[in-house]
Amino acid sequence: MLNQTSILRVISKLLIPPIMLFGLYVQFHGDFGPGGGFQAGVIFASAFILYALIFGVDNARKAAPAWLTRLMLASGVLLFGGVGVVSSLMGGGYLNYSVLANDVHAGQHLGITLIEFGVGLTVAGAMITIFLIFDGLLRAEEED
Amino acid sequence: MDAFSGLFNYWIVVVLMMMGFYIVISQQNLIKKIVGLNVFQVSVFVFYISMGKIKGGSAPILADGIEIYSNPLPHVLILTAIVVGVATTALGLALTVRIKNAYGTIEEDEIEAMENTPSNKTPEATS
Amino acid sequence: MAVTAYSLVRMHNLFAVVMLSGIYSLLAAVIYVVMDAVDVAFTEAAVGAGISTVLMLGTLALTTSMEKDAKMFSPLPLVIVTVTGALLIYATLDMPPYGDPTAPIHHHVAPHYIEKSAHEVGPPNIVTSILASYRGYDTLGETTVIFTAAAGVMALIGRSRRRKKKSDKSMPVEDS
Repeated sequence: MLNQTSILRVISKLLIPPIMLFGLYVQFHGDFGPGGGFQAGVIFASAFILYALIFGVDNARKAAPAWLTRLMLASGVLLFGGVGVVSSLMGGGYLNYSVLANDVHAGQHLGITLIEFGVGLTVAGAMITIFLIFDGLLRAEEED
Repeated sequence: MDAFSGLFNYWIVVVLMMMGFYIVISQQNLIKKIVGLNVFQVSVFVFYISMGKIKGGSAPILADGIEIYSNPLPHVLILTAIVVGVATTALGLALTVRIKNAYGTIEEDEIEAMENTPSNKTPEATS
Repeated sequence: MAVTAYSLVRMHNLFAVVMLSGIYSLLAAVIYVVMDAVDVAFTEAAVGAGISTVLMLGTLALTTSMEKDAKMFSPLPLVIVTVTGALLIYATLDMPPYGDPTAPIHHHVAPHYIEKSAHEVGPPNIVTSILASYRGYDTLGETTVIFTAAAGVMALIGRSRRRKKKSDKSMPVEDS
């Protein structure tokens, strides 16, 4: 459909790497500026969706097969919950990050980074999965 | 009149909210109903955020030389609510697609008519 | 913004409705920046104007892009909406004015977060420290909701596709 237009291809080729980089920046810089796991996941997913729209969903499926996005979806929640379990095993309350390291600030920082990463994984996985499912259904309709 | 100008933001919220509500209860099209729910949702978000604003305050990121920060708590609540909102919207859209597959229409009154006609045993998949 | 919402009510072409709802959330994002909620504006711009528009367009491609035209105008919804709106506006008369620092919302836990979060948690972005640390349970719940929603979408329409393929292959039995 859209993959005939060379302008779109070139521009999106230029745009997609910065978008992904920006997503990672938002993910790991969320402590200091605006941002965090939710935004980063959404930005990452929108870069992926842009790629899928311009270069065809088949190429995108090669880049992120269904099992990978589902793995992202589940492992994000598990990472979040796992941090909580680890912190309670280490003597604090559930999701109390202060005990994760010797220093309160270092522990909090580590915990926040980890769970934000978990949130980002889940959100990106969810958005990409939903997009791919809608697309798959669309294709099944066209085949009929 | 001055006493009322401080309430203007709430009135905007109420107007938007009622528009979303009107779309939800008066329209027959399911996709439009979902859009109406989104309008409603955003109006609630604006309501929360506008409550958190403090006059002269700044964004809640700690920095030197800034004394007043807006209330960060509503921001946190709404931040998560937006993402959850889009996830549930996707769920609603998926339901719409299933309804379209099962009934061949996404207009509520047509679906109701189909359900109430006894001769029509099972709605055919028309897609 | 209200104008956009009004045109949403009147519009019959669903394609235009979806585009307008994208514009609507972009405007909402601008309003959030004005009200100091940079994190929220960020999210709204990425989610509302990006992802949800794409999803809605996907649904339109799967269903239909025109709304049925002939519909009866019934006054009942309008009456309900007007009455509810009037009640809500009456309720706002008791609300604290916009930007008032003495409003009750600013005197419960918010001052604690603003004053102590740098000391107790560390990151300069208070929103992040509340989101991840003070309200960790909340965020865990929200993440689970997103997980569940994605799983629900998978179960609702991902499954039907597979079943359709299977029935194509084996025998032409119509499913429900």
